[in-house]
This record gives sequence, C-alpha cells and structure tokens, in this order.
Amino acid sequence: MTTSPYEHHEYDVLIIGAGGAGLRAAIEAKQRGLSVGIVTKSLLGKAHTVMAEGGMAAAMGNVSSEDNWRVHFRDTMRGGKMLNNYRMAELHAKESPDRVRELEQWGALFDRTKDGKILQRDFGGHRYARLAHVGDRTGLELIRTLQQKVVSMGTDVFMECKVLQLVHDESGRVAGAVAYWRPTGEFVTFAAKSVILASGGVGKSWKFTSNSWESTGDGHAMALWAGAELIDMECIQFHPTGMVWPLSVRGLLVTEGVRGDGGVLRNSEGERFMFNYVADMFRAETAESEEEGDRWYEDHSAGRRPPELLPRDEVARAINAEVKAGRGTPHGGVYLDIGTRRSAEYIRRRLPSMYHQFMELAGVDITREAMEIGPTCHYIMGGVKVDADTAATKVAGLYAAGEVAAGLHGANRLGGNSLSDLVVFGRRAGMAASDYVEGGSGPSGFDWGEVETAVARALAPFENEGGENPYDIQRDLQEMMQANVGIIRTGDEIELAINELETFTERVKNISVKGGRAYNPGWNLATDLPSMITVSKCTSRGARDRKESRGGHTREDFPKASAEYGTFNLAHTIAGGTWEGQITTERSPLLTMPDELKSLLEEGK
Amino acid sequence: MADVTMRVWRGDASGGDFEDYTVAQNEGEVVLDVIHRIQATEAPDLACRWNCKAGKCGSCAAEINGKPRLMCMTRMDDLPEGPVTVTPMKTFPIIRDLVTDVSFNFAMAERVPALLPPPMPEDGYRMFQEDVERGQEFRKCIECFMCQDVCHVIRDHEENKQYYAGPRFFIRYAELEMHPLDQNDRRDYVRDEMGLGYCNITKCCTEVCPEHIKITDNAIIPLKERVVDANYDPVAWLGRKIRRRTKRTATEAGVQPAP
Repeated sequence: MTTSPYEHHEYDVLIIGAGGAGLRAAIEAKQRGLSVGIVTKSLLGKAHTVMAEGGMAAAMGNVSSEDNWRVHFRDTMRGGKMLNNYRMAELHAKESPDRVRELEQWGALFDRTKDGKILQRDFGGHRYARLAHVGDRTGLELIRTLQQKVVSMGTDVFMECKVLQLVHDESGRVAGAVAYWRPTGEFVTFAAKSVILASGGVGKSWKFTSNSWESTGDGHAMALWAGAELIDMECIQFHPTGMVWPLSVRGLLVTEGVRGDGGVLRNSEGERFMFNYVADMFRAETAESEEEGDRWYEDHSAGRRPPELLPRDEVARAINAEVKAGRGTPHGGVYLDIGTRRSAEYIRRRLPSMYHQFMELAGVDITREAMEIGPTCHYIMGGVKVDADTAATKVAGLYAAGEVAAGLHGANRLGGNSLSDLVVFGRRAGMAASDYVEGGSGPSGFDWGEVETAVARALAPFENEGGENPYDIQRDLQEMMQANVGIIRTGDEIELAINELETFTERVKNISVKGGRAYNPGWNLATDLPSMITVSKCTSRGARDRKESRGGHTREDFPKASAEYGTFNLAHTIAGGTWEGQITTERSPLLTMPDELKSLLEEGK
Repeated sequence: MADVTMRVWRGDASGGDFEDYTVAQNEGEVVLDVIHRIQATEAPDLACRWNCKAGKCGSCAAEINGKPRLMCMTRMDDLPEGPVTVTPMKTFPIIRDLVTDVSFNFAMAERVPALLPPPMPEDGYRMFQEDVERGQEFRKCIECFMCQDVCHVIRDHEENKQYYAGPRFFIRYAELEMHPLDQNDRRDYVRDEMGLGYCNITKCCTEVCPEHIKITDNAIIPLKERVVDANYDPVAWLGRKIRRRTKRTATEAGVQPAP
C-alpha cells in the first residue's frame, strides 16, 4: 500500500455516522473483537437521534397484552402503504422487543408500568400502545445509552470529521473513505475492510424541516457514487406537527406523543376536522365521533382510536387541505390542543420538552393555550437498497442501516418505528460487516486516485475567484425543493425542479469560500452541497416517475394509489462514480411476500 | 424591527478580538438565528457549533452578555437593549471564534466505570417509576457543558482539570449510584480520583442548567453524603474490615465489563 500523504487509520469496520444505528453497529462489531472506528460530522451524542421524542416501537405487550410481532408487522406494512421490504418489516417486528430490553442492561431508564415493566404509549398507526419511552426525550435516552456503552468499550470516535467519499480497491470492493477534520481542515484517510453507512437523512434540502444542518444526505450520495442503488427517494415524510411560529423556529418538531396522550387537532372554526379525512383503509378501526374517540383515550376497549392517530402521511395531508381551504390559523397552521383536555400537571410530566419548547420559543403555555402547528419535512423513507437480513448493499463490503437505508418503512414510516429500526438494523449491519471481515473477503488495495480526486474537489472553492457564496446556493435549493417537490406535487413543478437541479450543479462548481480551512462553516457547507443536490435529483426523478399518490409521495395530478405502481420501487444508479454523472431511474420489483405473512395483513381489517 | 449590533469574539488559540456586526432581526428570533444571518451574509467563515436548534442537543452553548446560555434558546427580545456580546465558553480551549475544544469532557466520560447490572431475566428487568425517576432527572442532561464552563474549580484553574470531573460528571456518578440495577460502588473513586471534595456547592452549575436539573441539591450533595457515609461511619468501616466487602471499590469495579 502506498504511504498516505495524510493522517491515516486502519480498521476492520469503519462506521460513518454516530447516531443510534452507527453506535449500535459499533457495539456489535466491538463485541466480536474487531477494530472499529466511528466517524461523525458532529460531537458524539449530538446526532439527529436526540430529536426523536415519542418513543421506540416494540411489541412487548406490557400495556396491551394482545400485542405481538404479527400486529406490529401488519401495522408497519399498512402504514408503509405496502411498498415496504416485507422481510425487513418482519425482522423489525420480531426483534425490536429484545433490542429495547438490552438497552436497560446498558443503563437506559424507561418510564415504567405500575408492575415495574417498561411503559408503552399509543402512537399514530400502531394498533396497540407500543412505544417504550422516557417522557418526550426518548431519542436522547437511546443515544446517551449507546454512547456510554460505546465509550466504555474503548471505541475510537472521530468527532467533527466529515467524510467526503468512499474509496474502493481495484476490483470495486469498498476499501475505506477519505474525510477531513472540521476543526483543522486537514484531510484524513481510513482504510477499512468493511464500511457501514449510518449517516441519517436528507431533510436539510427543504426550507421547513425538523432536521439539523447535518442532514445533507451524505451517506445516500456516497453510496450512490460508490455504485449502490437508492430506492423510494420520492417518499419523504412531512411530519404533521411542526411549529409554524415564530418563523425562525418554523419546522421544529412537536412530538406525536401530544396526540397519543390526548391532544386533538382543530381548525380555525374549532372543528376536529380529522373525522372528515379517514381513508377507507383505516375506517374500520377509527372512531366515528368525538365521543367515541374520547372514550378510547379513557379505556381502549370502549371505543376505536381517534383519527388524530392515523399514520403521519394521512394527518399531514389533512392539515394541508384545511389550511388550503382557508380554515388555518393566523400563521398558516392548525391548532393542536391538549391544554383543555388534560391537567397542567399531566402535561408537564408527560411532555416536559414540549412545554419548555413552546414556553421559551413561542411564549405559549401549552397547558392553557393551543399550539399552532403544520407539516414539516422530517424523514426520508427512501435510501440505500439493502438486503434485509444483512443490511448489505450492492457494493461488496458496504452496509447501510438507519435512515440512510430504505425498505423497512415503505412509502410512509410510522412514528416510533425509527428508533427501533436503528437498533435492529444497526445490530444486523454490525453482525454482517463483522462476518464479512472474519470471512477474509475484505479489499485488496486502496485507490489513492479516488482520494486525490476527492481532495482536489473539496479544495476547489478556495481556488475560485469571485464565485458564489455557498449559503446563497443552499437557501435557493431549499426554497426550490420546498416549492416544487414538497408535500403536494405536480408533474410540471417536478420537471421544473429537475431542470433547476442541473443549474445548481453548475453553481456548485463556481463556489468561492472566504477564510482558511480550520472550522470554516462556509467551506463545510460547500462540501455538503454535492450530496444535497445528488439526493434532491433522485427525489425529484422518483417523484416524476411515480405517477400516483402513496404515503409520503402525493401527486395532485395523480391523487389515487395505483395497483400497478404498488408492485415496484424506483431505483436510482449513477454513471461514472461521480456526482456530476448521469442518473438512471428504473423500476425494481418488490419482493414476493410468503402467504403466511400475507394472511396477517388481512387480520382485523 | 430595529437592527441589532452583535459583538462577536473572533479568533483562535493564538488570540483574537471582538468584531461588531449590525444585522436585521425579526420577531421571535433567538441569538443563533442572528449568528446564522451573519454567517450567511457577511462572515461565512464565522465558526459556531450547533445541531438541533431546539434545545435538545446542547451543541450551541456560548457566553451571551457574559453568561453561559444556549444560543438556540435565548430570545433576542429577552436581552437588554444595546449591543449583544457573544463569546466562547471560557473554561475550554479555543478552536475558533465561538467553538471551543470540549475534549476534556469526553476524556472524563471515558473514565466513568460502567453500569454493572445483574443478569437480565428473560422478560426484562423490573424497576419502579419512583426508583427510576431520580436517575431520569440526571439523564435529561444534554451535555451542553455549561455547568462545567461556569464551575469556578476549573473555570480559572486549568491545573485542576486533571483532578476534577465537574458537575456534568457528578450527576453521571449520582445517576449510577442511584441506579436500581447497579452493583458497582464508585464512592471512593469519585472522592479520590474525580475530586468531588473540591466542589463547595455554590450552585452556579444548577443556575445555568438549561434542563433545570437540580445538580447541586439532587446530585452533588447526596453524592457527598454517600461518600461520607462510606468513609466516616465507624460501624460501616468496621463492617468492611471484618466482612469481605460485598461491594467493590470503584477502582476495582471500574474494570468490570458490563454485559
């Protein structure tokens, strides 16, 4: 191997991303005695996982003894509008309870039932109370538990280190990655026998988003450039309840736990409008009147679930329609009211973060006043196509888990299924990557040419004279994607977006940055933009080609789901392994579900 | 709304100075919004650390008008009229502008002896709400490290850092001490190696905690009491001498791997 001109490290397993999936994968590989390096763009413990509030779904049956993996499987498939990888939904439903329980061995402290078991709460689309939680800060509990476990195992963590791209060997197997340290701007190379992508989502390409600066789709883009396939990129979840005011916090998440704990949605006329938006698929299990819905909150056997707890895509579309019909709030949202329905003490105990968030940022006391909320870009169901059992991608030695991977959630993710996704498939990715390394099928070299290309491209903004400010490009991109590939889409607007994205590609080549390389956010953004544009292209192309409405993809010009389109994913590949390459989008048939699983979908319909 | 002058410290380990930026502000904005506006317009290389912008990740701690605050949770309209000064946390070495090197905290985290629970029954552990609540208060910590920043034991005494874990880790030790499943004993360790005795309970840490954790009252004082109990209770002392200890000292226990 050539000597690296940069700081160089070697690992059995390199993990890109330090959220729930990356940390869980690291634990698995460490337990196997392999050397593990974790690279994260931020400090350890700051990943987007901390933003998850409501809980992690696992059919433990601690609150509703009727619950089991079969019902969880059914709910996940129906919530995903049947576009899911059935095998992932099956594994997830079966394994989540063990993954939740093991967190307690590592120090997690979930809220309890009266008899000392892990308490579970109701959430949208879940037939039974299924979400293990800690108040409304479950994501923080998950990440802190995994972080403390990983640290106690003595794992190397490279913080504030941005991976630019993956590196191959001469036969196309993954061989590592090239990155730079944000504090110094110095480059660093990692030779690794296997690589796990656990890099999270893409939401920063939209204007109103619950996602942090980090969610720029780096892992999605890197995988595509490296030869993997992306699927379901048009399926983006707009969470129904984001803050809408003040403008500066527009998009900030309001947990679904508010509705699970009794909060209801009203329009400006005071009407609980969700009763007008119950799709046929969910009619049999949804309350018909406010009285019935309220009875359910008190006793689940006394009525059916209120429509506020339908899956997120249904609720988000309903809110959008109410605002469009002129029944919105002064700031363009609808009202979420828990203050008139629950005691102040209950709200402060169950929803402490929400209480503080509204009190401190909006000056609203949610124990007395209704919240103004509206849909916000929250999660991408699409991502890297993986094998369900192993999280393996098409590229030998490359694995993906968590939000960057696709399949489990189909066209729409149920709340609470993300945190459990992270630990179920984080563990499986860690196991499979370890098997691959132990099997001796790692790379036979390290393509330094790829490193030099990536480094040269990253440094180009320092060479350009008089080019554009990266912040201007980012702002324009966010506004363009929000306007044209947002929650409700039409063919014309999507075409416009696809053309615009070519212009953005050219603009990125002309970026100039000021200052040096050490902790320079402008430069850091310049290196994130190629990922943001790459994933936006895939989302737009998927949105153009899926001529129907399904889950997190709504076409005004094709408002119904089509049986034909329900049989395939849209898969994207790129030519030439570079971000300027031509993207190809093709239909990729869904896996065929075994009959015994099919029959589960019919139950309780 | 009237423009506002932001007096932001710019520089690196070799030195720096305040720079004034006069920028627009809008209704309801927080300090981080205005810092972002400076980045997006006049100073794209202005370094600041942030993630969630919702008070949940603890990345954007800085000193606003001299007081440790989260930039994302400090509303501009709550600050007095006139220029707003924003400086990096003082206790940690500067990387650049508002970003400090907080690796001291990660080094201290590595030295925490892990939870040591009994084997898990097949259907999981049983714990009761009133028993987990004490630990849950401390696990609300978002690791903004403002309690470390404001703690005078290390704020002006770099030399103390090697002996002193600081309030963030005292709540971690308290959490483990009070954890219903834990079988480790870290009382000697937290006194001898982590400098619990240096804290003279001035409650500065509690005052700045954005999660309103009662660091001093609920963690540090009970931890100090437990340490005292372990060391100065003659009956317990004699008991330990006579019996083989059922609980190990933390330094021994620290090497016990959790499952």
